[in-house]
Amino acid sequence: MTAIVDVDNLTKTYDGGLTALSGVSLRIEQGEIIALLGPNGAGKTTLISALCGITSPSSGRATVGGHDIVTGYRKARAMIGLVPQEVALEPFERVINTVNFSRGLFGRRRDDALTEKILRQLSLWDKRRARIRELSGGMKRRVLIAKALVHEPRVLFLDEPTAGVDVELRRDMWRVVEGLRADGVTIILTTHYIEEAEAIADRIAVIDKGRILLVEEKTALMTRLGRKTLRIDLREPVEAVPASLADYDLELAPDGRSLSYHYDTRGDGTGITRLLQALAAAGLGLRDIQTTQSSLEEIFVGMIREGAA
Amino acid sequence: MNGPAIWAIYKYEMFRFFRTLMESLASPVISTSLYFVVFGAAIGSRIEQVEGVSYGAFIVPGLIMLSVMTQSISNASFGIYFPKFIGTIFEMLSAPINFLEIVIGYVGAAATKSLIIGVVILITAFFFVELRIAHPFAMLLFLVLTCLSFSLFGFIIGIWAENFQQLQLIPLLVITPLVFLGGSFYSISMLPPTWQVVSLFNPIVYLMSGFRWSFFGAADVGVGWSLLAIAGFTALCLGVIWWIFKTGYRIKS
Repeated sequence: MTAIVDVDNLTKTYDGGLTALSGVSLRIEQGEIIALLGPNGAGKTTLISALCGITSPSSGRATVGGHDIVTGYRKARAMIGLVPQEVALEPFERVINTVNFSRGLFGRRRDDALTEKILRQLSLWDKRRARIRELSGGMKRRVLIAKALVHEPRVLFLDEPTAGVDVELRRDMWRVVEGLRADGVTIILTTHYIEEAEAIADRIAVIDKGRILLVEEKTALMTRLGRKTLRIDLREPVEAVPASLADYDLELAPDGRSLSYHYDTRGDGTGITRLLQALAAAGLGLRDIQTTQSSLEEIFVGMIREGAA
Repeated sequence: MNGPAIWAIYKYEMFRFFRTLMESLASPVISTSLYFVVFGAAIGSRIEQVEGVSYGAFIVPGLIMLSVMTQSISNASFGIYFPKFIGTIFEMLSAPINFLEIVIGYVGAAATKSLIIGVVILITAFFFVELRIAHPFAMLLFLVLTCLSFSLFGFIIGIWAENFQQLQLIPLLVITPLVFLGGSFYSISMLPPTWQVVSLFNPIVYLMSGFRWSFFGAADVGVGWSLLAIAGFTALCLGVIWWIFKTGYRIKS
């Protein structure tokens, strides 16, 4: 496998002094679907904007299909399709014209058969003569996708593709994505929903505060994200975890009133039943129990700690 | 050069013009007709001939210039400001085209539109006054150069403007006064001597004089100076656009 997108130490500092990307390096293989997962303001959109030519990187370099995004911008950009996060379309234009315009802008001759195929795939064919302002929000998003696909890109960026999108469009979109994947198109999508990354990506890159925290195969990451914590509040405080419970790797709160137990929801057994029995056998009275799932933020913090360790 | 991309931008912009053809043409034609009625017929009947030409005919080059300049600026500035405003500029920036190609597409379309308007006004003028064009090719050259240079200028304003008010500011505060004081409706020689000197600092005077010369063979300033002025203005605009291109000023962070 060759890297179709190769980002090397890319940095972006805006004029105001905000550093949106600090030393991002990432290799994306041809034909894979990679999700950039991270909270709002993590630098996902800036990374995409830099690769597509919308913002100029401050330092570092990147190539798309082996073409440098600055010195070889024509060949690099010709390979890229971008579906932006914000819906930006000229309200008075007709669907078919704006789609054909996009193809022309990328230096390609008009191809009516291809345009029809894409519009049909996105259920836009019946609306092709409609003006953009007559369309619903979901329809406008479909137009954006059509515009990004009509010049036949080899690399497709989807920036928060499902934010505010109904189920039907989501389904249509994933169908299109599957078709593109079958054609060998590389897809990079940003999201802050773990479920979305889980549903379609091969690999997941976690990005926060302008840094890539990790890039992992989806399955490996999902195991880590599946961890939960069980907190047990005790009736009476204890000074230490009883020896009979040593196997469970429990954490005792400083005030001695609660115990925390970490477990994996995807494992064969969580061990909760045995733990509760062992607690009873040790003679500990329980006042309350609660489970918490690590939020994305907590996972990020955990990852930074792990990275530092 | 990405020819198809330039063509795509040009065609797209021209479609916008043809989509609103009636509005685009009706307003300059109607306002020009009004000028003919007011200046040519009402006031002009009390004015003697200017430089051997009837007053109605004398103001034709000025009217064309006035429309062509304001139309070039508003077409070109709006053309590039609108994508910036609604956000579709991202598509230009992410396409395999450079800034020069964007400029050619937008400025080319804006200049074409104002050229069409200029020609329509000229045709309208033939209905009102008796007109003879002494140097048709020079007339066309001046017209095309004015359309181009002022479209370039409008493009710069469109890039610079951060809101709709700023978009109107330069045309209203700078261009309209300069055009009115630039001898559109009178000969500079009709002014008192002091104001004649002041007028020589108004660049529009040179354009107007050259354009009028191509109609009637008489000019306020030498034709060479007129050509130099318009060439200088075009060069200045190109210089600014080159700088915008280098720095990504107000389009690319």
